Amino acid sequence: MTMASSYSIAPLVVVLLAMLGTIPIMLSDKRPNLRESWTLLVAVGQFLLVAAMLPKVLAGGEYVFTIAQVLPGVPLQLRVDAMGMFFALVASFLWIFTSIYSIGYMRTLEEHGQTRYFAAFALAISSTIGVAFSANLLTLYLFYEMLSLSTYPLVTHEQNAEARASGRKYLTYILGTSIGLVLPAMLITYSLAGTLDFKTGGILAGVGSPEVLSLLLVLFIFGFAKAGIMPFHGWLPAAMVAPTPVSSFLHGVAVVKVGVFSILRIIFDIYGPNLLFDLNLNVVVTTLASITILVASLVALTQDNLKRRLAYSTIGQLSYMVLGAGMVSAAGMMGGMLHIVMHAFGKITLFFCAGAIYVASGKKYISQMDGLGRRMPVTYFAFFLGSLSIIGMPPLGGFISKWNLAMGALEAGQITLLVVLLVSSLLNAAYFFPIVYRGFFAQPAEGSSLDEVREAPLLVVIPLAVTACCSVLLFFFPNVFIDLAKLALGL
Amino acid sequence: MESILSEIVAKYNYWIYVILMMIGFYAMIGKRNLVKKLLGMNIFQTAIILFYVSMGVKRGGGIPIVDKHEALLHGVNPAHIDNPVPHVLMLTAIVVSVSVTGVALAIMQRIYREYGTLEEDEILEKIER
Amino acid sequence: MISQNLHMFVLAAPLLSGILVNLLGRLSRRWISVLTLGSLGFSTVGAFFVLLRVLAKGSFHYTVGNWTPPYGIELLVDPLSALMLLLVSGVAFLASLSALKSVDQELPGKQHVFFTMYLILVAGLLGLVLTADAFNLYVLLEITSINTYGLIAMGKGRAPLASFNYIIMGSIGACFYLLGVGYLYILTGTLNMADIASRLPAQGGTAAVATAFAFILVGLCVKMAFFPLHGWLPNAYSLAPSGAGVMIAPLMTKVTVYLMARVFFVMYAPWQSTGHQGVHPLVVWAASAAIIAASALALSQKNLRRMLTYIIVAEVGYMVGGIWLANAQAITGALLHIVNDSLMTLCLFLAASAIVYRRGSLDFNHLGGLYRSMPLTMAAFTVGAFSMIGVPPTAGFFSKWYLILGGIEGGHWEFVVALLVSSLVNAVLFFRIIEFGYFPTGEQAHGHGHGELAVQEAPLQMVQPLILVAVALIAVGLGSGWIVNDIIRLVVPGNF
Repeated sequence: MTMASSYSIAPLVVVLLAMLGTIPIMLSDKRPNLRESWTLLVAVGQFLLVAAMLPKVLAGGEYVFTIAQVLPGVPLQLRVDAMGMFFALVASFLWIFTSIYSIGYMRTLEEHGQTRYFAAFALAISSTIGVAFSANLLTLYLFYEMLSLSTYPLVTHEQNAEARASGRKYLTYILGTSIGLVLPAMLITYSLAGTLDFKTGGILAGVGSPEVLSLLLVLFIFGFAKAGIMPFHGWLPAAMVAPTPVSSFLHGVAVVKVGVFSILRIIFDIYGPNLLFDLNLNVVVTTLASITILVASLVALTQDNLKRRLAYSTIGQLSYMVLGAGMVSAAGMMGGMLHIVMHAFGKITLFFCAGAIYVASGKKYISQMDGLGRRMPVTYFAFFLGSLSIIGMPPLGGFISKWNLAMGALEAGQITLLVVLLVSSLLNAAYFFPIVYRGFFAQPAEGSSLDEVREAPLLVVIPLAVTACCSVLLFFFPNVFIDLAKLALGL
Repeated sequence: MESILSEIVAKYNYWIYVILMMIGFYAMIGKRNLVKKLLGMNIFQTAIILFYVSMGVKRGGGIPIVDKHEALLHGVNPAHIDNPVPHVLMLTAIVVSVSVTGVALAIMQRIYREYGTLEEDEILEKIER
Repeated sequence: MISQNLHMFVLAAPLLSGILVNLLGRLSRRWISVLTLGSLGFSTVGAFFVLLRVLAKGSFHYTVGNWTPPYGIELLVDPLSALMLLLVSGVAFLASLSALKSVDQELPGKQHVFFTMYLILVAGLLGLVLTADAFNLYVLLEITSINTYGLIAMGKGRAPLASFNYIIMGSIGACFYLLGVGYLYILTGTLNMADIASRLPAQGGTAAVATAFAFILVGLCVKMAFFPLHGWLPNAYSLAPSGAGVMIAPLMTKVTVYLMARVFFVMYAPWQSTGHQGVHPLVVWAASAAIIAASALALSQKNLRRMLTYIIVAEVGYMVGGIWLANAQAITGALLHIVNDSLMTLCLFLAASAIVYRRGSLDFNHLGGLYRSMPLTMAAFTVGAFSMIGVPPTAGFFSKWYLILGGIEGGHWEFVVALLVSSLVNAVLFFRIIEFGYFPTGEQAHGHGHGELAVQEAPLQMVQPLILVAVALIAVGLGSGWIVNDIIRLVVPGNF
């Protein structure tokens, strides 16, 4: 396949758009309506710019832009390839709805520090797109760190003792691993391969001993702690003290998927599936992922705080993606990548619903939500759709990715992995369905009246309805993403 | 044993400088009184000055001032004059040493005005309080 | 003519205006800022042109007063020293903007004395950067030190005592250096560094040469506060007046490290290639231990400026380790880190100075709610902190990159680990500060009343240089490829 690669400033514009968007947002501190218009403008603009690059990428082309030649052989470089486009498309599309939702959520709850919130949010999305468009590991690392730092004020938004503790935990995990594990791994990679470019088929083939390469892989997988591979997952439940839009978008989609995306980049473009297979390292990947999937699903069962349950569910689902990549079979890798999209739409819906419930009723714990579904039917139905997608039932998008994953396990001849997938799907059902069931059919506890509870404001409900519908639509029209994934995997 | 002794006697100037230097060094590090520390520093610096001065001196050498005509006619025998360079260097070093001492004395005055003593232990005690 | 002697003007401007400040500054306060900013601004611009000239036409030697070397004093203007010239004068210029303000507040009536010493100190540093003569180096080292003693002693409270201790330690360091030079003079009969270097290999690996270098290097180590010879630094730097701290902290140790690099490249490396390799691993181990120990000490501090001083000690370990790893990557990293660390330290000390101007104290419990009350200062502080931690694209990341890479290539994993540990410790240290600044303290948070803490930014004259340095940190980070390729690689000797 010929790759038409064109040098264009477009990727930089996309990344800078949201970054520079923080300036007007901060300047219109005193005028909330103007400030939110900026946010929406930047969000829509960013999505349109990303979408404008889609046709050429789908045709097998690329956009490249070099920001600076910082280290010998390693420039700061942006490149829009199929895999980056895949992720950027999801992130920038969902940001639009998250922005609308944020406005509704923050205003209804009359949160403080909204300007800081929206500015940090814009910075975070800019870094996310930066990660998607990174042409080499160094650039990715740069945006990865930028994302960690820009989400700190979001996680600690409440500025109380709990937020302080969670913020510490968040940074300890995220910065600790990126400096302590990824940085040395990146340096060793550089000293072995002399480059850090993402290249289909990898750059590490034929350099370094198997032992070193195995160690490196483990450093990378644990180092990108945003992917929540156990035992480096503890930050995610802690980060749930953030306002719900943050949890839904950043800790349901952007931040965690940046972690997974980084790991996929390592597996596909630094190691290359063949090398992984030759060194038997795929077993390492799938084992780590399987353990995380099962343990996280079990822990999710025990959580009563809705957002924490969703967080553990996320940890488990993230490992599906890593598992798929580790299968090194065509369908498996495809399934892993597709799960990025499907899970994003499903999980963001679930988080949006959790936030809507909190906005409407002030409730955080599942045990208090009995009968709530009858008062908030739209929200609960969306929740139902979202959970179906995560569990992997047709006719929802999640089915496609899980189907591919299951086929991948068969293709790779690994029945154990198939069992892991089935068991965890059952566990998913076990921790999601009771919520829906209790919402619709259980009687509210004695003495608590739900008569006052109404659906959340429109700005909150519309986004969650849209993302839920998207989950359904993705079942019928997944083609864009399948095509991109095929291009990315070279299938 | 004898050889060591004769070695010491032959290079007595260097041994003297080493001993002086050690005395100064001890005073700087070991003494708790600021004036003694400063005196130690001066001894230390003087030791180095002596070291430099003695390195330029030659047995049988004279002062490095030569008659111009004499030198142009017969040339200069380096063995007959001391090396002037280290001596000149030490002029600068002495200036440095005096300046440092001056600054140190000025600072000690400030310390004395503030704490009423120049014993380090007493000063630290007063700071603690 | 002017272009050839430009570096001399760069050097002379602060020296002469230092004397003028003392005379005219007594008459009117206005003269002080005019002369200080004027001379340092001139030096900065001049140094920039010197650098351009060197890059265009190559390095050159300059003999002061036309006394030919090896008898006369020789100055060496090569890409590295020209870069250092620019760094020293630039940092001093930016620092003086802030110092002018804080000295007004802290030392009213003594401004002319302060800036006399300040300017002569800068002149001394500029001289140190250029000199190629071992004895001249000693004299300039003492000129800078004496002015530093004076500046530090102008601080409040314990400052004079800290300064006195510094005098004792500093003199020991200088004397050791002088002794070492004496040994080299006995052995080679010359004081010109290049000349010494050309005659040393003939001496072979004798104990006398080794002793000479030991004295010189230990002397420099004391002056640069290389752990465990750092005892004087934390007190001296944290108690100095803010205006002195912003200039001394970024420059003094870094220039001394630069001197060590000079001694290492010019004199030591050609000689040691005849033997004596065994010392290198020892120094790298010592540097690694220094980094970890100093980082640990930094963790136990309760005052921002004291914490920063221990970080300076740790960073000295970075650079010393980098030089003694003696491979191209590590040396590149060490030299780049001299530039980066100066800027980072400047940024953080400027921020500290701005905070102390408003809050009066830098104890951790006085830092609450800073992000709200001093947003610009804290924004710049954050950039400086990220650079210290080593977050790309700030400058600090790139020098650390080369240093760690050098450690990996040299097989010195202890150094790699030390650098990573210190990065992590820096992250803890700075996020603690960021947390203090971000979360309101008890009474401010009372009743969840955010926004009542009024914005109270430091004066513009203190914030401007701060913002400029913060931007420079990112610019230098992005431009580090250029700095390395066009300047530093040129001076790393080919055999590394």
